[in-house]
Amino acid sequence: MFAVLKRELSAYFSSPIGYIYLAVFYVFSGYFFFGVLYSNTTSLSNVFNGMFTIIMLLIPILTMRLMSEDLKNKTDQALLTAPISLLSLVLGKFLSALIVYCLGVAITLVYAIVIATFAQPDWTVVFGNVLGMLLLGAALIAIGMFISALTENQVIAAVGGFAVGFSLILVNSLSSLITVSWMQKFVSGLSFMERYDEFTNGILDISNVFFFISICAVFVFFTVRVFEKRRWS
Amino acid sequence: MIEVKNLVKLYGDKRAVDDVTFTVQKGEVLGFLGQNGAGKSTTMNIITGYLSSTSGTVTIDGHEILEEPIEAKNRIGYLPEHPPLYLDMTVKDYLNFMFDLKKVKLPKKQHIEEICNIVKIADVFNRVIKNLSKGYRQRVGLAQALLGNPDVLILDEPTVGLDPKQMIEIRNLIKSLGERHTVILSSHILSEVQMICDRVIVINKGKLVADGTPDSLSQSMSTDHKLLVRVAGPQEEVKKLLAKIPGMQEVTMVGQRENGEVFDFSLEAEKGMDIRREVFKRLAERSWPLLGMRSSELSLEDIFLQLTAEDSASSDSGNGGNA
Repeated sequence: MFAVLKRELSAYFSSPIGYIYLAVFYVFSGYFFFGVLYSNTTSLSNVFNGMFTIIMLLIPILTMRLMSEDLKNKTDQALLTAPISLLSLVLGKFLSALIVYCLGVAITLVYAIVIATFAQPDWTVVFGNVLGMLLLGAALIAIGMFISALTENQVIAAVGGFAVGFSLILVNSLSSLITVSWMQKFVSGLSFMERYDEFTNGILDISNVFFFISICAVFVFFTVRVFEKRRWS
Repeated sequence: MIEVKNLVKLYGDKRAVDDVTFTVQKGEVLGFLGQNGAGKSTTMNIITGYLSSTSGTVTIDGHEILEEPIEAKNRIGYLPEHPPLYLDMTVKDYLNFMFDLKKVKLPKKQHIEEICNIVKIADVFNRVIKNLSKGYRQRVGLAQALLGNPDVLILDEPTVGLDPKQMIEIRNLIKSLGERHTVILSSHILSEVQMICDRVIVINKGKLVADGTPDSLSQSMSTDHKLLVRVAGPQEEVKKLLAKIPGMQEVTMVGQRENGEVFDFSLEAEKGMDIRREVFKRLAERSWPLLGMRSSELSLEDIFLQLTAEDSASSDSGNGGNA
């Protein structure tokens, strides 16, 4: 697992992808942070709120190459014939994307420290926000990785990731249109935004934490299954 | 060392590998001969655990590839048809990565250096793989397969796309590797397999059609006694004349050219007889010009046709079968 993790991490930064991701992340979060400073508040929630859509758009860029590149270059033959389990292979890839994502998220801690030089921010809320952002990202990375495992074309993997991201945003407005109450409950239950908003509002609901972790687990498992299935077909 | 039993792989309705059974002894170099699409790569991919068979088993040193994949894969070094190289890495980084991936327990730096010297890539050690020529990439692929000194080496068409000089180098290299490893090597070049391998397996359309030493295979395929000649002269008389040559078994007219004055004959003499001089002499006596003569050497294509035709006979006898 660590061999794969290490290679994938170095691949992010030997190509422009890692830098582009970080640059875009820093620029937009910086813009939202400027808004916070401008409005004389110590609450960073605006930054975390604003980043939701940006993250939805950025994560497919991180995940598009995870599996597709190996399929295209046939390097999957080296990975799958090596004496390691499929799960550790998939986890290595997943964690590499997650670490790069965390490098982006880490900037928010810098913002918090900047705020702290003026006035004490509510640290528990800040950490709740960061946790929410990490969980949201982890879940989206797992989904993106799964999509990437389905195709050897990186563009398709990215577009698929965008499509999922937008559908997750649309789910919110969709649920308000549904009149059948159980169905509405189900659809809004799928909404990433609603759960993420609870984090940014300073509410730490354990069910939301479990929701995102389960999404990770399910899609890591699906990715393993995709490889299993390809082997048998 | 390697035991393949009743291997079947279905792609939809197509039987890519059809009931293939063979064993490879420790230290043996086995050649896998077949046309493109005959099922060589699929078989190798199954042996290495990249694909799963529809039915049948593969056992490496007592470990079934699907039941104990990690144990079995530990013993295999695999060079697929398309070397699995990360083009954006340097040779050094790539080999270090593969070393870690395979969880090799040997001293890292020393082991990698040793292998680079064996496959002669020390001079490109710090270069990015993207910029290497095909021959070097193939060698980096081979180096990757050698990491950890696996007992079994599986090489899928290791000389494809190389220039003649590189081909000879890689062949010699594989031959020397055969002294310490059990090797399965696939190819569609007959002479290559003849040169490197102790034993040859021929597969066609997923089926095993021959299994024997290169010598027995080429003997059964020997065609010195078959000739094609082109003669300008009266058809019937030429045919009669040629048929009188001692040892001649069959003379058949196979074609007519140039306004019916020139004929092609296919001659078949007893095995091991050289009738070329006799044919020339007799025709010269009658002043019928001999316009062309060639031995009907079998191409690999013909051998396959022949082998598939004798399919049942050769699998009964268990070797190349003397046709």
